[in-house]
Amino acid sequence: MKDTIESLRFRITKRFGTKTVLKDFGLEVRGRQFITFLGPSGCGKSTALNILAGLIPATDGDVWIDGERIDHLPPEKRGFGMVFQNYALFPHMTVYSNIAFGLQLQRRPAAEIRERVGQMLDLVQLPGFEERYPSQLSGGQQQRIAIARALVLHPRLLLLDEPLSNLDAKLRIEMRAEIKRLHTNLGLTSIYVTHDQTEALSLSDWVVVMRDGILMQAGTAQEIHDQPRNVFVADFMGFRNFFPVQVASVGPEGVVEGTGNGMRIRGRTRHALGPGAAAVAAIRPDDVQVGEHLGGPNAFHGKVDIVEYLGRENEVILTLEAGPRLWVHTPERVVPGESVMVVFPPEKVIFLPPDGEGVSA
Amino acid sequence: MRRARVGERSELDAMAMVCVLPSLLYVLVMFVYPFLYGIYMSLRPAKLLGFSLANYIVFFTDEWQYRTVWITFGIAVPNTIVVVSFALLLAYGMRRGIWLERTITTILVLPISLGVILLAEGILGFYGARGWFHQILLGLGVLKEPLVLTHNYIGVMLSLFMQQFPFCFLMLLGYVSGIDPSIENSARTLGAGPWTVFYKVMLPLMAPGIAIAFALVFVMSFGVFPSAILLGQPAGATRTIAIAAYQQAFEFYDMSYASAIAVVMGLFQLAGLLVIILLRRRMVMAATMGVGKR
Ligand SMILES: Nc1ncnc2c1ncn2[C@@H]1O[C@H](COP(=O)(O)OP(=O)(O)OP(=O)(O)O)[C@@H](O)[C@H]1O
Ligand SMILES: [Mg+2]
Repeated sequence: MKDTIESLRFRITKRFGTKTVLKDFGLEVRGRQFITFLGPSGCGKSTALNILAGLIPATDGDVWIDGERIDHLPPEKRGFGMVFQNYALFPHMTVYSNIAFGLQLQRRPAAEIRERVGQMLDLVQLPGFEERYPSQLSGGQQQRIAIARALVLHPRLLLLDEPLSNLDAKLRIEMRAEIKRLHTNLGLTSIYVTHDQTEALSLSDWVVVMRDGILMQAGTAQEIHDQPRNVFVADFMGFRNFFPVQVASVGPEGVVEGTGNGMRIRGRTRHALGPGAAAVAAIRPDDVQVGEHLGGPNAFHGKVDIVEYLGRENEVILTLEAGPRLWVHTPERVVPGESVMVVFPPEKVIFLPPDGEGVSA
Repeated sequence: MRRARVGERSELDAMAMVCVLPSLLYVLVMFVYPFLYGIYMSLRPAKLLGFSLANYIVFFTDEWQYRTVWITFGIAVPNTIVVVSFALLLAYGMRRGIWLERTITTILVLPISLGVILLAEGILGFYGARGWFHQILLGLGVLKEPLVLTHNYIGVMLSLFMQQFPFCFLMLLGYVSGIDPSIENSARTLGAGPWTVFYKVMLPLMAPGIAIAFALVFVMSFGVFPSAILLGQPAGATRTIAIAAYQQAFEFYDMSYASAIAVVMGLFQLAGLLVIILLRRRMVMAATMGVGKR
């Protein structure tokens, strides 16, 4: 296989008319990684990917690969592969011709083309599909052909724009594993666009969380999951309970205590929050403990409002004595109206700057 | 292609029949009957009793008459090629939308709403020997003496172009902009430059639309009548087959002979359509084959 890239660096701004869709969106990453752009619909993920591919021009900025500036190159000269959300197979060509398209443009010998197309079809586990037309394939099969068509050219960078969003849940998980397998086996560098945090976390070496064209946080999947840098990322990563507080005291190793709404909450922070500063304490529904016998710090009384059965556990919505609502996932059996004790284990509570702050790479 | 299951078939077919009925009736009443009646008339020459091919024989042995076929082809074929090519180029260029698109489209489409006669008057005035076109070019010294742009072949071509271009352009624009842009984008990322994308990907996808455009423009040009009279030389260089039929019908009152000429015209139009359909097949095959093997 032709070598993949060693490094990618870019910084782009994109305006459509007066609307800024990407604002100084920049990143520097090593090659051979699986990178995800994660963010809600309309935050500019596809735009960023299309600019990297050269399909739309950036308003301002530059793109560097292995120390070479490439943003002036047309898409056909960049040597990237791209997989589109709607597959974008050529409807008038057979599967064989679709995959062979790029090789034929490179004027490879017929025997080599035949062999490489065959290899790709084996790789995506669709051997024998050469003579079919795209309209004769299922969504998942089309998706695999689209991936094969991009991979057969040994792209130095593979771009995938929500490639699984049109598939059903089961196939999505299968194809996710498939993509990860291909990425690892072939030693590729991939950028994957998605709005699904599970997808991003399960696939990625490096996750880039975006909001309104601004980079909110970039880091390993574990960093993003465990140490979100601001309320937006925390919310996206499944923190459901947010309590506005004022920092009361700051201890060593990021231990911090805050008060608000008559609650005194202990947790940790990675931010420079001094006493008196406004902050938000956050905890995931799964991390809240429920039970009568509990005590210690961060123990609160609450009344159960709603219980929803989720299978292995219940989603419980409580109203805390102090006033705020609380979302909890617990295997405990509770009934609406019941009074319960909940505890936030201090190591699971993170303190963040108030919403709108803490935005930086 | 798709097959209905046995149980579904009768119900679906009944529905389909009901929906097709109005257009079927229309075709029968407005097209099939007059056409068959025309053939019948053409086979019963006025001066003879019973059926005879005499009209056809006369037409194809009289040079003054049969050369109208070549004259008509000489107008229709180049006009069709020019109209469709220009419309295709412009539509392709505008497929992703351009600045002031609506305004430009409106200006392009305006001629349709004016009608042939008004358009012809306009062309006569503008391109005539004393029209603005010559006034300006003569005034600027670009021309030494006026070109002859009306009352000849060029005049007819100008008029046909202006009538047919807008609708052909609109039709192709609808067709081209309906093609998913990500197909084109994926071809680009696979290494195809703009020209290769056009030739290998977009052209085959546009082929059905182009073929329909060709067919419609060709049939309309082949029947050219008012433009050929108003802007051409109806007694000479632009005496098209429609004029020949008109003269037989309304100057010599020989309906039978006129019908025969009309039938000949219809047959040539059909032949043109056949050629277009065959060419379309070849075009799609060439593009896909080119990708398949070389
Ligand atoms: N051609 C365009 N002209 C004007 N605005 C555009 C254009 N393309 C995209 N936008 C705007 O840019 C923003 C980002 O679009 P983009 O397609 O990158 O979002 P996305 O993050 O990929 O969303 P999704 O997850 O829904 O695909 C959106 O607000 C969109 O309306
Ligand atoms: Mg998108």
